[in-house]
Amino acid sequence: MRTNRNQYDRMVRDASPPSKVVKNCIWAFFTGGTICLAGEVLTNAFVQLNYTNADAKMLTSIALVALSAVLTACGWYSRLAKRAGAGTLVPITGFANAVVSPAIEFKAEGYITGVAAKMFIIAGPVIVYGILASVVYGAVLYVKGRFGI
Amino acid sequence: MNYLWAFVVGGLICVAGQLLIDLTKLTPARILVTFVVSGVVLSAVGVWEPLVDFAGAGATVPILGFGHTLAQGVKQAVAQHGLVGVFTGGMTACAGGVSASLIFGFIASTLTKSKSQS
Repeated sequence: MRTNRNQYDRMVRDASPPSKVVKNCIWAFFTGGTICLAGEVLTNAFVQLNYTNADAKMLTSIALVALSAVLTACGWYSRLAKRAGAGTLVPITGFANAVVSPAIEFKAEGYITGVAAKMFIIAGPVIVYGILASVVYGAVLYVKGRFGI
Repeated sequence: MNYLWAFVVGGLICVAGQLLIDLTKLTPARILVTFVVSGVVLSAVGVWEPLVDFAGAGATVPILGFGHTLAQGVKQAVAQHGLVGVFTGGMTACAGGVSASLIFGFIASTLTKSKSQS
């Protein structure tokens, strides 16, 4: 069968599986949603234990980080992340995973230049730019309050 | 009802991250940085607080909520301590999550064998 370029493009498009983007987004939605749901359950549990709202949120973050560290150490987090993509990256558990997994991976290079240094491969930039943004915001608030602009 | 909105809003924020990965080829590190800084900005312009009231953990658990925590922390600290607060607010607010990550990361590394995580 003789085909020109346009016909061939169409044949390729028809033969290839449906967009991976949609499938990835569905995975991200349900995984990320589930992690946030777990966070809401934990927050309510801490409020029941008479913690203030702010403390309950902080404890929720710490609990999710601990959970993520356990799952990462068992190798389950990276297995889930292969399918869930941003669903496991965007929640705070993804930040914890980005700290814990290089800590484990680079243990062979020692506790100083291996574990401790490599923990900050991804967490470092996140902290640096997060703090930078917060200081800029704080400076704006300070100047506004001080000089009433 | 709160649980439902936490699920839906949290899920949608992750979909936004997934679209960034699939359509722009941003690396995970860049996405985390982008989301944290965006969280600070969204909180500063007053968009994020209403979403937290509405969706609870759906708005605080994603890394955008981490940015919100930083912004809230610096806002409170500036109100209480002035210029000193500009420097201490963000770090203080994120101390719990960051310390937990470092501590649990260290413990995990002592309990496991060095292995590739990819």
